[in-house]
Amino acid sequence: MMAEAPQQQQQQQQQEKQEEDEQQQQQQQQQEEEQEEQPPPSPAEATEPNEGSEEPKESVQTPPTRPLLSMRSMSSVDPDDDSPNMIVYRKIEDIVTRIQDETEGVPIRTVKSFMTKIPSVVTGADIVQWLMKNLSIEDPAEAMHIGSLIAAQGYFFPISDHVLSLKDDGTFYRFQAPYFWPSNCWEPENTDYAIYLCKRTMQNKTRLELADYEAENLARLQRAFARKWEFIYMQAEAQVKIDRKKDKTERKILDSQERAFWDVHRPVPGCVNTTEMDIRKCRRMKNPHRVKKSVYGLAEEGTQSQSPIHTPSHHCRKGTKEDVEKEILFLNTQLDRHCMKMSKVAESLITYTEQYMEYDPFVTAPEPSNPWTSDDPSFWDLEASKEPSQQRVKKWGFSLEEALKDPAGQELFLKFLESEFSSENLRFWLAVQDLKRMPQQEVAQRAQDIWTEFLAEGAPSSINLDSHSYERTSQNLKDPGRYSYEDAQDHIYKLMKSDSYTRFLRSNVYQDLLMARKKPETEQGRRTSLEKFTRSVGKSLTGKRLTGLMQSS
Amino acid sequence: MCDQTFVAVTFGPCDSCSKASPLMNIYIKNEPINYCSFCVEMMACQGLQKGETLASLKRECDNLKKKLEEERGKLNDVELHQVAEKTEVLGALSVKTRRVLKGHGNKVLCMDWCKDRRRLVSSSQDGKVIVWDAFTLNKEHGITLPCTWVMACAYAPSGCAVACGGLDNKCSVVPLSLDKTENLAAKKKSVAMHTNYVSGCTFTNSDMQLLTCSGDGTCALWDVESGQLLQSFHGHTADVLSLDLAPSETGNTFVSGGCDKKANVWDMRSGQNIQSFESHESDINCVKYYPSGDAFASASDDATCRFYDLRADREVAVYQKDSIIFGASTVDFSLSGRLLFAGYNDYTINAWDVLKGTRVSVLFGHENRISRVRVSPDGTALCSASWDNTLRIWA
Repeated sequence: MMAEAPQQQQQQQQQEKQEEDEQQQQQQQQQEEEQEEQPPPSPAEATEPNEGSEEPKESVQTPPTRPLLSMRSMSSVDPDDDSPNMIVYRKIEDIVTRIQDETEGVPIRTVKSFMTKIPSVVTGADIVQWLMKNLSIEDPAEAMHIGSLIAAQGYFFPISDHVLSLKDDGTFYRFQAPYFWPSNCWEPENTDYAIYLCKRTMQNKTRLELADYEAENLARLQRAFARKWEFIYMQAEAQVKIDRKKDKTERKILDSQERAFWDVHRPVPGCVNTTEMDIRKCRRMKNPHRVKKSVYGLAEEGTQSQSPIHTPSHHCRKGTKEDVEKEILFLNTQLDRHCMKMSKVAESLITYTEQYMEYDPFVTAPEPSNPWTSDDPSFWDLEASKEPSQQRVKKWGFSLEEALKDPAGQELFLKFLESEFSSENLRFWLAVQDLKRMPQQEVAQRAQDIWTEFLAEGAPSSINLDSHSYERTSQNLKDPGRYSYEDAQDHIYKLMKSDSYTRFLRSNVYQDLLMARKKPETEQGRRTSLEKFTRSVGKSLTGKRLTGLMQSS
Repeated sequence: MCDQTFVAVTFGPCDSCSKASPLMNIYIKNEPINYCSFCVEMMACQGLQKGETLASLKRECDNLKKKLEEERGKLNDVELHQVAEKTEVLGALSVKTRRVLKGHGNKVLCMDWCKDRRRLVSSSQDGKVIVWDAFTLNKEHGITLPCTWVMACAYAPSGCAVACGGLDNKCSVVPLSLDKTENLAAKKKSVAMHTNYVSGCTFTNSDMQLLTCSGDGTCALWDVESGQLLQSFHGHTADVLSLDLAPSETGNTFVSGGCDKKANVWDMRSGQNIQSFESHESDINCVKYYPSGDAFASASDDATCRFYDLRADREVAVYQKDSIIFGASTVDFSLSGRLLFAGYNDYTINAWDVLKGTRVSVLFGHENRISRVRVSPDGTALCSASWDNTLRIWA
């Protein structure tokens, strides 16, 4: 455990530094966006006593009484707040409220154990059962998974463990008080955490003894807050005093809830920190700058530079008249659009999918094997080879696009066109594809070259365009660009598709290739099978070596 | 808020302004007119009554929306899953983790496959971009960027370069060198410049053009060599989180999704918004085309994935479950389009039967949110990137 400490410290420090950097970056961006001058930060309220001059007790701020266990207590989720995190919290809170319902929920009761009573608990198995029934889950593993996530977010917790997960057994769990719910957007300061850990050491109870990682955290905080420690200690003392006056059972419950809160915000090393945010969504959170908010009601110190006045305006420009006019235009055009009936669309989707399912490795196992499962890359070698498999050749018949996508298919189609003396069409199409891929600088010249080669008077590879397209294209060439040949390319493609491509599919050169593997009795067939066999043996040997390599890496 | 849209049939000089652009073929009093979109707009706006208040315009807008829904509804004669009842049920998926790629020091935010089907590039919150041979687990290149949260990365079609960007508001292209001792970051070239974080990037059909989307609400097409902005795409009213290029070789469109809950389809040549879909209840985190290019899927923070068909111009399926309450962050189709893999913030990947609408499998294994899933170019494997600092290959 000791050896891990410096690493954890480093990680935590690194993480904190990173978070600070990111916050700075985010804040910088925010500042760049906001054009108004930010008002000067309001002076932080005096929370620290002047050194030695005043009676400590008078200057200490009493923390608010921690809330009672009220299930009906409202969380502060604003129903109109639809930022991503809130959506999830709302759903979880709905589940958590239902699960605690007296009639429809789980049995929460006080359990007698040895000399004591354990108040307000429910077993993990009960929770799992309830989740399965009420969320239509068939597999208990799935129920445990979602339950563990809800626990990790901080909505219920095991009473005897810092690790927040759900087990499908007799382990006891307790529900978190709404005050501590994540939807309140707590961003507890390290001072809060220090007070909490300090408090724990003062209460002489075995159940409240610090875990190793907590002891290390406390030591680190003592060093970091060396100058403030007197203040922290006093806060802790004050809280302990108040706690002593409370009912024993109530204290048990509140203590556990407080501990669970810290398990979320200062998780056990190795556990997921569920308070981490997706930086892209931060701006729209209730607390976009993650201004520290003390869970013990202590006012912020120093980091109050971000004023809450500036709520992030997230791009939702109010619709101007022009915007609405544009939208009306858009909607009108949409109304004129000719759309397909769902029944036809569905048929089309199903047909496409069924056609390709034999090529989909997740549905049909590839031959000879999926390289990732067998560690044998033969499948890739075959796919890359100049001698395409029958299955590959079959695909070329699905559409002209498929044929052109495969370099072997493209080559064969080109050969076929050459035999018919119409290869200039495909060559033109390929040239225009190339044109679109060029760097901007080279586009104009290339466009001219294409004109010279394919369309000019007496061009060496003259293509056949209708006069309308020809006119259009030559007009486009006055200001040559990447898309000057769109029209022409479209025409040529349609021509190839309806004319040459259909003949290609019926041609001998294609049919021979398609049927080639169908006759294993032929000389050619046998030789190929033998070749395949020896190759596969060779591959499986190298495959074994490859596996060896990977196991050692 | 959408820009004008239309289906471009021809491309050529406009009858009104004579600029070469995609043309709208419309009829005014039975006369065919071939205007570019800008001129049509000018003509239409001039025709709009002066003194129309914002309120009356908005009412007209709402009426049109209702009418549009009605019209679309008329074509909704059957549900996809009903027609798909005749399709054979898929056998159980026996998909397992086959590789775990360890090496990133923080959340892995993005990944992309190389065309060679075994290499991939990944980027992380710690500012590192790594190129792996996922088959051998070998790390081939490592690039350290000066900023954290590298949210977007892409492999160039040639396999000779990668693009990456994120919180630095830029997207840079880094050529991959065979010399292992070379510091790749030094060769990094800034191509895209946005005014907010770059959330996604992809090369178009060549190494020479880069398409990006950003938290500044726009998408943009860039010329890699010169860094010139070739086309920008305006229309989203909030951060754009994802984009995907249409799979067709002849296509010139792409789809984008963002925090305004909209998925927009764009014409790359003109910058126009062709179609728009709005049915999600929260941010769209990811959009991906169905392999035929006629449809696309989206993943959202509302815990659902949805399937939209471009020809029907509507949502045709919703993939959801009571037990899935965390947002979906990423989606991708299997090669045939029969399966939809979706990664969620509850650390799992769900495999959905696209046609029947049912869940086929749940993949457990990651220990934190899934940020990205991608099926390999030949469909043999699925790669997932996660906040648990690892990538997994499933097959």
